[in-house]
Order: sequence, then C-alpha cells, then structure tokens
Amino acid sequence: MEKRDFERKDIIGWGIDANPLDVPAYPMKQRNENDNKGMIWERPKQQPDKVEILTSNERPTITAVFGTPNPPSGLSGKIRRYAFQFSESSYGHWLPLLLADRVNMIEGVVDDIKRGHFPNIFSELGGKSELKHNPKGFARKVLVGLAITAAIVMVCKRDSKHGEDEY
Amino acid sequence: MNYRGPYRVRADQKAMPEIQHPGDAIVRVTRSCICGSDLHLYHGLVPDTRVGTTFGHEFIGVVEEIGSDVQNLKVGDNVLVPFNIACGKCVFCQQGLYGNCHESNPQATAVGGIFGYSHTAGGFDGGQAEYVRVPFADVGPTVIPDDMDHDNAVLLTDVVPTGYQAAEMGAIKPGDTVVVFGAGPVGIMAAKSAWLFGAGRVIVIDHIEYRLEFVKRFAQCEAYNFRSLEDVVLFIKKTTDYIGADVCIDAVGCEAAGSAMQTITGRKLMLQAGSATALHWAINSVKKGGVVSIVGVYGPTDNLVPIGNVVNKGITIRANQASVKRLLPRLIEHVREGRLNPKEIITHRVPLEEVSDAYHIFSAKLDNCIKTILIPPSANK
Repeated sequence: MEKRDFERKDIIGWGIDANPLDVPAYPMKQRNENDNKGMIWERPKQQPDKVEILTSNERPTITAVFGTPNPPSGLSGKIRRYAFQFSESSYGHWLPLLLADRVNMIEGVVDDIKRGHFPNIFSELGGKSELKHNPKGFARKVLVGLAITAAIVMVCKRDSKHGEDEY
Repeated sequence: MNYRGPYRVRADQKAMPEIQHPGDAIVRVTRSCICGSDLHLYHGLVPDTRVGTTFGHEFIGVVEEIGSDVQNLKVGDNVLVPFNIACGKCVFCQQGLYGNCHESNPQATAVGGIFGYSHTAGGFDGGQAEYVRVPFADVGPTVIPDDMDHDNAVLLTDVVPTGYQAAEMGAIKPGDTVVVFGAGPVGIMAAKSAWLFGAGRVIVIDHIEYRLEFVKRFAQCEAYNFRSLEDVVLFIKKTTDYIGADVCIDAVGCEAAGSAMQTITGRKLMLQAGSATALHWAINSVKKGGVVSIVGVYGPTDNLVPIGNVVNKGITIRANQASVKRLLPRLIEHVREGRLNPKEIITHRVPLEEVSDAYHIFSAKLDNCIKTILIPPSANK
C-alpha cells in the first residue's frame, strides 16, 4: 500500500497547536463552579413575544431570544402545535414536524397563487444552471419525465377503455 | 433568499429585519456562503424547516443599527458573525460551549440558536439576505481586523472553526494518522488543521474526484476515492499496518454516499436521520482506543451505527457544533500568519438574486463547485 511521505518543513505551522496547554483541548473539560447547579445564571433580558412561539416541553420557560419569522399557521401550524406536546426524545415530536413541513410546502404554493404570483418551479429548482452545466443530465431527466408521463397516460387510457367495455 | 420546499428556493423581497431585543444589531450583509449543512435544509431533511425561511449561517457585513444595550459594536463596524447565537451568560457559554447556548433556541434543548437553520435551531432568519437581525450582538460578532481579507473573514464564521474543532476534538498526538471522511469544505479544513496539531499522516476519503484533487493540493494530504476501493475500512486497516487510524473524523453527516442500505433507509425512506455511512466507516476504521470526531450534521432522531464496535474497541467519540467565538482568536492568528488561507476554497461568486442556481450547482456538485459565496446587491452600498 502506497504511503505518501511528507516533509514537515513543507507544511506551514506543522504541530504548532500540538501542545494541549496552548489551546483548550476539548471544551467539555472547561468546567467552572456553576456546573451541576441548574439554571442559575443571571438571565439576559427577555425578548417580548409578539408572535406565537412554540417551545420545547423540555424547557421551563422560553429562551431570552428567539426568531419571529414564519410563526405557525394553517394546517401545518396545527400539526406543529400537536408535535410540541411531545419531548425532543419522542418520534411524536419529530415525525409530525416533518409532515407539517410537507403540508407547509403545499400551503406555500397556494399562498403564492393567492397573492397573484405563480411560482416558477423550473427557476426555483435551479433548472437554468442544470441546463448550462449538465445538459446531458438535464436531457436525461426530461426524457425520463416524458416516459413516465406517457406510461401514466397509457395506463389511464387503457383503464378508461376497460371501464367503458364493462359498462 | 426564500425557501419554498425541498430543492426549491428563490430570491424575494422581504420586510426589513427590526431590533427586537436591546442586545440586537441589524447587519447589512456583504458576503454570505452556502454551507454543506444548508443542503440538509434545502433537501428537506431537517424537521420544522418552514416555508418562507431565509437560510444562511455564514456571513459578514456592516453594522447598520444597534440595540440600546449593545456596547462592543458601533454602526459602521465590519463584523464577522459566528453561526452560533450565544448569550455568553448561561452555564454552557461560560464553559466556552458557545455552540450549545441555552438562551437562544426555545424550540429545542439539544441545539443552540443558529442563524437560518430552521425552527429546530431557533427560527431565526439567516444571512443569505441583504439585512439580518443579529441577537446578542455584544457576544458573537467580531470586528474584522483591517488587514484581513473579507473572503477569509466570511469563512471564519463556520467552515474553518468547524474543520479546526474537528481536528481539536480528535486530540491528535504528534505523528498520529488521521483519516477525514469527506472532502467538502469542512473536511478540507479538518485535513488542513490536522497538521497544525502535529499529525504524521492525513488521509481524506470521498468520491468526488475534483474535490479529492483539490484537497490533495490544498491540505498536502493523501486522498482516495472510495468508489475505487473495494472496502474502505479494509483499505484503512491495510494502510495502517492492520491497526487502524489513530483519529477518524466524520465531516460528512447525514447525506453520505457509499452504502446502499444507509442511502435507502436514511435518505430515500427517511427511516433514520440521514445516512450514517461516514460515521459507520469512521467507527470501524479507527484503532482500538482511538478517537472518532464528529462534525457532520445529523437529524434529531436516530441513526444506524455500529455502537457495539464502539464499546468493544474502547473508542472515544467527541462531537459538537463548533464553538466559533472560543476558537476565533487562534484562527485569526493562523490566517494572519499564513498557516491557513481558507479563501482558496472559494470556487463560485454568485449574485444573491441567482440563489436558486447557486444552490443547485452546489447541491448537484456541478461546475467543480467547492464553496459558493453569495453577494447581495447592497453589498457595496
């Protein structure tokens, strides 16, 4: 098996941080007198909560700061509220959140259309760059898409013909 | 930047962010990066990623406005903003665990607040924007030294500290063999940093040929394509005289390729929190009593890893989000002294308005992309 010999002199700074006294080796070892005393620190000022913030049930209170964009809303919001009844250790927390994300995606398209903006899915998917940098891959995807569409159309036509015959 | 669902993002006009807490600042972004971990959001793998979120946790900019309690910054300062939102007061921040702040993320306890990284990380909008709200502005943001290239500065917000901490957590001893799984930006920086801790041999494993070529040159290390190896773990064993590596670093996380079983259960069916192939290999490649360091990002549920081997081999596992603020003074020194020149990894500069294409290029690894910088239209205001 080939081993690549290197010249340490070629590597600027080789071993300069090797002395563990120079830097904290791992932060977990930086203990202080407040360890294991619970949440006793002087808390930062509290950000006012002007929108609905879902909070982990593994916390006694809301944190000092939090993000306010995109508060829960619609059906996805209901699912998210349900999810936050469960702890972070539970599938009941995470799986509904993933479901809510997918529902939220559909809600996003509906909201766009309501606002008079029909989303340009091709552009949002980065289609222009795919066409520019991977034209063969782009053509392959288009052909596969067309083949699947044609197959679905054929199956549907065949089924409707069977239905008419039975009728 | 506006997330619309898996693989769909676009540039949109959004409301200007506002001061919401006396410790806040509003920063006009001059550069932001797309991080490998942004792809987990982009691919829809991170729970509670809401439509309308602006991603971006690697950014620098100019302070435009400060809250009434902010003492350490003034309007007009050029700042680099660590990706972790940290209060500086809680017991974890006091220990230097700025990546584990307990006052910045109401939605979860397992992770602190992170800019633009879903509501699971606090629900903050990120820096792939013209303006961004920066909480706890006296704690995280650092004024960029006058002599520092801003391309280097923006890479000090995440990718460099994360790669460096990966090596640090490996507790590398002089002469150690270090294997880095993943030749993405973080893996590249981990390989480069391993030498600073005195590694004797650094090996990088990936399957993207242009990235392997780059890391070989940039980090002066060995680099191997696992597609051309019959068995990665066996290869590492053979090349270490059948002992195993002293330190293995997982710099890939939940979207690793290389195992059909992991890919199907983790990425396609989502029966686990992503594919843990790199971590699996790391555990099995490290020697008995060795160290596995994890900086790759995984979801919050479960992953299939050979935990029995961890026990049987007596492996130490260390993992964390990088504590950027703790590491910055040392890393700024390394950049100034020329030991690290991270800006060499930048391959693409894209106007923020073309964010959809930028994400697709990075995600699909087109055009030999390693690191993309987004430039907002107001960057040179």
